[in-house]
Amino acid sequence: MPRPTKGARLGGGPSHERLLLAGLARELFQYGRITTTEAKARRLRPVAEKLITKAKKGDLHNRRLVRQTITDVSVLHTLFTEIAPRYENRPGGYTRITKIGPRRGDNAPMAVIELVEALTVAQNAVGEAEAATKRAVKEADEAKAAKAEGSEDATSEQATEASAKEQAEGDAKDA
Amino acid sequence: MAVPKRKMSRSNTRHRRSQWKAAVPALVACDRCHEPKLAHIACPSCGTYNRRQVLSV
Repeated sequence: MPRPTKGARLGGGPSHERLLLAGLARELFQYGRITTTEAKARRLRPVAEKLITKAKKGDLHNRRLVRQTITDVSVLHTLFTEIAPRYENRPGGYTRITKIGPRRGDNAPMAVIELVEALTVAQNAVGEAEAATKRAVKEADEAKAAKAEGSEDATSEQATEASAKEQAEGDAKDA
Repeated sequence: MAVPKRKMSRSNTRHRRSQWKAAVPALVACDRCHEPKLAHIACPSCGTYNRRQVLSV
């Protein structure tokens, strides 16, 4: 279950924070990358990612939900027609926060928050393979739990195969 | 209003102030340009983080 944010809100109160985050989300979807303080970027990330997830579903109901936050219709349109299709295969993690050091004037830690690129074909293949390995391991575990000791040899073989596959994928990712 | 009862001696003042020091930031060498930079923060001289261009320099 999601845990409520602790501590003070950004700005003057809860409604001010909602407005600030809505404004930041609009700018993020409009420009693709924005520079802001690290605290605001960290609060913005879950808001923006939930909006993108809704945009990926793309139906009228979700469009209305997103419109409660993104009130600018042209930005809403780009979100649904350009940004959402780009992340069709990506299971979350649509934004990246990079710290860029303190700001002159008040020494506030600043960060760049940007929308990540679409997955390449190779990354896609790796992701699918990883999901398959995960499934295989899970199935193996379930089989192990279900069956008695008689079938243990077969499951352990499967497990070793899966781990070897995982290692190979890790190498592929590094390269 | 609460006020100090005694004058703070010069010695006490100076002892207190002698403990107020600046810390040296722990710097690491940048991957790309080998300039010293703060860890986990984009390099201010070449604008890269993890070899990805983040800032325009």
